[in-house]
Amino acid sequence: MLSKRKISDRISNGWMIAALVCILLLPVIIGVALYFKSAPLLSEHTLGELITSSNWHPNKGNFGFWPFITSSMYVTLLSFVFAAPVCLLAGIYLTQFASKKLIDIMHPVIDILAGLPSVIYGVWGVLIVVPFTANVLAPLFNTESSGYSILSGGIVLAIMCIPYMLNMLIEIFNTVPRGLQEASLSLGASYWESVKHVVIRGSYPGIISSFGLGLAKAFGETLAVMMVVGNMVQATANPFKAGYPLPALIANNYGEMLSIPMYDSALMFAALLLLVIILLINLVFRYFIHKTQQR
Amino acid sequence: MKQAKLIEEKIFKSLSGIATYSLIAILAFIIVVIFVKGFNALSFDMITKTPKGGYYYGGEGGVLNAIIGSLYIALGATLIAVLIGVPAALFINVHLVRHKKTQTTVRYFLDALWGIPSIVYGAFGFTLMLYLGMNASLLAGIITVALLIAPIVVRTFDEVLSKIPIGMQESVLAMGSTKTETAFKIMLKQGFPGLITAILLAFGRGIGDAASVLFTAGYTDLIPVNLDEPAATLPLAIFFQLSSPIPEVRERAYAAAAILTIIILIISLSARALSRRYSKTIIK
Repeated sequence: MLSKRKISDRISNGWMIAALVCILLLPVIIGVALYFKSAPLLSEHTLGELITSSNWHPNKGNFGFWPFITSSMYVTLLSFVFAAPVCLLAGIYLTQFASKKLIDIMHPVIDILAGLPSVIYGVWGVLIVVPFTANVLAPLFNTESSGYSILSGGIVLAIMCIPYMLNMLIEIFNTVPRGLQEASLSLGASYWESVKHVVIRGSYPGIISSFGLGLAKAFGETLAVMMVVGNMVQATANPFKAGYPLPALIANNYGEMLSIPMYDSALMFAALLLLVIILLINLVFRYFIHKTQQR
Repeated sequence: MKQAKLIEEKIFKSLSGIATYSLIAILAFIIVVIFVKGFNALSFDMITKTPKGGYYYGGEGGVLNAIIGSLYIALGATLIAVLIGVPAALFINVHLVRHKKTQTTVRYFLDALWGIPSIVYGAFGFTLMLYLGMNASLLAGIITVALLIAPIVVRTFDEVLSKIPIGMQESVLAMGSTKTETAFKIMLKQGFPGLITAILLAFGRGIGDAASVLFTAGYTDLIPVNLDEPAATLPLAIFFQLSSPIPEVRERAYAAAAILTIIILIISLSARALSRRYSKTIIK
């Protein structure tokens, strides 16, 4: 005869493990669902053709994702170039030089930056970054731009990624043993030298990983980028021209995707592409981080 | 030689200081811009009325439909995410506590899950919706957002639970409690401040996310009363109104953005205050 406590124990154990398994299976389920939706497209075109072709005419059944993929990579790379140095420097300052008071102020600042919804960054981008690109940056480089450009997308995205990367960097710098740094100081290194040779070198895999995860986050960001990037289908090397990243493609066309044959399949393929790329980057770099934290 | 070393230190120290303070400046800049632009257009009507006829041409009304819709979706989604996420986090820390390898692997996958962008959840929610024969509705939005924020609940709560000393569990088990009692009577209570943070974090993410509800929740000028009705959301209200060619409508997008920012700020700050307040009652 099972007691009431034993029965409730069994029920809740079942519930707990079911919940965990559900969450862990989620990416697989999402992947399979999106794959089935994009299967019609994949049966008509090869994967290589879809990715490398830049012929995008949904009405004629031509789906080339190259312009979208390049736009995505371009915006992501630009944002990385802006955000990475700031994160690295701020991370060092907050873990090595900053006073207790500044750290107490910075915690909520980083939290709020991370918590602001992407649409708010989008509004700010439209109000500030777009005119800034059109009226200040473009004349500086002797070109013309409407402001709705890859460069604007990169700037807005950089600010969105900073709190994300910075949080990881702070955690990584904090795992460097204090004793190692003190040893180098006692050998006559200046404070900065010990930071450079001990802290940065010691957390090298961690730094690379958080940069990688920051890139992945930037790659999937939708609304803020979409609001400032211009959304024109073209593969361009000029950052002052408009781009059309993958997430924006999905978000912009959901309304008409059921009225054109294969269009829904193409958009779901874009989502699948995003999922696979981002999940892969995450799995690889998270692995590095987990390895460093276990040491 | 020594001179160069010190100059280098000075340069980098000030550079990194500038980088840090510039983050405060950026945050202040964003908030000031949103508030200045938003408060100009913010009126009592904005938060107490739904859009009336001709609203999108500059007519009367407000964004009450979107405020309520967003609250419904975020509340519903948080509830589901807590029902899935809390037991999962407890399981990792109670049942798996002796299996370090499994624990690490599970955490590794959960971390990776956190990185999946919301537009992918949106696309998945849409696929699921078509498969089940549902329309864009409050329910579809709630489910999609719940999937999006469940990993956040698990990982944030788990982070706090993992810091509870294992001796606490051992002593409870030694007195004859079952694993369930250990999980819900001891771990849940000890980790309560962490749970509050996790819930508020997830709620904030849910209320501000646009890409996942874009496909699934639809948009309407009415306040939804049933789960199968479409619901407007604040981020989408901002997004749609901002793309309008009419200046008055764009002004309202700024006002709606100010409302959303205030909500997010309140959530952020109360998460800190509440978790500090509840951490007084736990056993150290």
